[in-house]
Amino acid sequence: MKIIVTDQAGDVHELEGLEGWRVMEVIRDWGLNIKAECGGALSCATCHCYVDSEWLDAVGAPSDEEEDMLDSVGDVKTNSRLSCQILCSDALDGLKLTLAPSAAKD
Amino acid sequence: MSTEITTDVVVIGAGPCGLFAAFELGLLDLKCHFIDILDRPGGQCAELYPEKPIYDIPGFPVVTGQQLTDNLMAQIAPFSPEFHFSRMVNSIEKLEDGSFKLQTDADETFFTKVVVIAAGGGSFQPKRPPVPEIEQYENKSVFYAVRKMEDFRGQDVVIVGGGDSALDWTLNLQPIVRTLTLVHRRDAFKAAPASVNKMKELVAEGKVNFQLGQIAKLDGDDGQINHVHLATEAGDLSIPATRLLPFFGLTMKLGPVADWGLELNDNTIVVDTEKFETSVPGIFAIGDINYYPGKLKLILSGFHEAALMAQAAKAIISPGERVVFQYTTSSTKLQKKLGVA
Ligand SMILES: Cc1cc2nc3c(=O)[nH]c(=O)nc-3n(C[C@H](O)[C@H](O)[C@H](O)COP(=O)(O)OP(=O)(O)OC[C@H]3O[C@@H](n4cnc5c(N)ncnc54)[C@H](O)[C@@H]3O)c2cc1C
Ligand code: FES
Repeated sequence: MKIIVTDQAGDVHELEGLEGWRVMEVIRDWGLNIKAECGGALSCATCHCYVDSEWLDAVGAPSDEEEDMLDSVGDVKTNSRLSCQILCSDALDGLKLTLAPSAAKD
Repeated sequence: MSTEITTDVVVIGAGPCGLFAAFELGLLDLKCHFIDILDRPGGQCAELYPEKPIYDIPGFPVVTGQQLTDNLMAQIAPFSPEFHFSRMVNSIEKLEDGSFKLQTDADETFFTKVVVIAAGGGSFQPKRPPVPEIEQYENKSVFYAVRKMEDFRGQDVVIVGGGDSALDWTLNLQPIVRTLTLVHRRDAFKAAPASVNKMKELVAEGKVNFQLGQIAKLDGDDGQINHVHLATEAGDLSIPATRLLPFFGLTMKLGPVADWGLELNDNTIVVDTEKFETSVPGIFAIGDINYYPGKLKLILSGFHEAALMAQAAKAIISPGERVVFQYTTSSTKLQKKLGVA
């Protein structure tokens, strides 16, 4: 499966996702600008991304705990998600998202 | 007021690895002082995952980050280490006699023979909201913590966030400020229900202005803000403000560790695997902050590193003294130190 990620600089990257991996892990593995401080434990919100509107239904809604975590970033939009909470699967082949400014490394 | 403290060992960072180091050093009769920018012990375990279970601590099939911290604190209690919280170590200087002088941002000076850097993923610092040019206002009119309430008296204050800090300071500052606006992106709060209720009462009485939205832009000059622009569903909203308090929690930054003249490898400190000493003799680094071939960033590894480091620290602090290797199970001498024999 593929995921198409626009980074904070506006560059578009087509990444090979692995079934069962977290989307955050794929983005981090490719060396894009994502801090992902807690490694996917839903404790940092430094993997914040915006999911393309046409993919919102497929990825589903964030959990309450994820919403609470999203409170800790200042650039939330209606299509905000934490990329560590989205699992790669064939159903998400072609998933398009954009890295949020608040996900950038220092 | 400046303070001077003299000790055997200063441990920078009260995360799990630093805490366990106090145990290993204590068995060798070495006295520790801890310095941590957080206001409590536990490092990542306490700050990032206090309630999450850890499964790979030997002997604990499962333990939460907070439980592990509490247990480590109990384990080192017999050695009475001293803690200096809410301050950052800014500098380390090697003195002529080989000992060290450390300076904190709370105007304390530590004189110590050995420094143990257990700074983990770096120092915890407030998350900066992604607002353009916010840096120029920081510590002048934008603050991430309230150190002196007087600085807010009579001011037009905007507080951003929906957690306990945001709510606590809304309640504490409201009586002394001129106006207070609480901004949060949604109408749900992750704070103590009692504080949320009280805040809602103040809103109903017109004493606190609550706005749904996020900060988008700041206006002002010379470090002094005069307006905070919010992005709200209804569009851009500008609020007159002289003080801004964003409360978005903490994030780890390497911080001053990078400036201490130690050999680094990609934001970690290079050590040997015999003593976990850095490129400067007398300064050790254990836990997530160090680097050597094969390093695993696990709590377990930091515990092992602490034990070997302590032996080497002892040799520096008490040169010539023979250290006899003993088990805590069978040595009455060690058990006496632990207060169990
Ligand atoms: C969500 C999550 C889950 C994890 N799960 C596991 C697991 O299951 N098993 C496992 O083994 N590990 C796990 N880890 C990793 C583990 O937390 C770290 O390996 C461990 O915390 C490292 O301990 P430490 O003592 O080296 O540093 P830290 O815990 O990072 O503590 C360092 C301390 O030093 C302070 N500090 C740094 N610089 C300064 C300075 N200049 N002045 C003052 N204070 C300073 C910091 O504020 C901090 O309190 C997990 C981590 C996270 C985030
Ligand atoms: S990586 Fe920390 S919340 Fe996603």
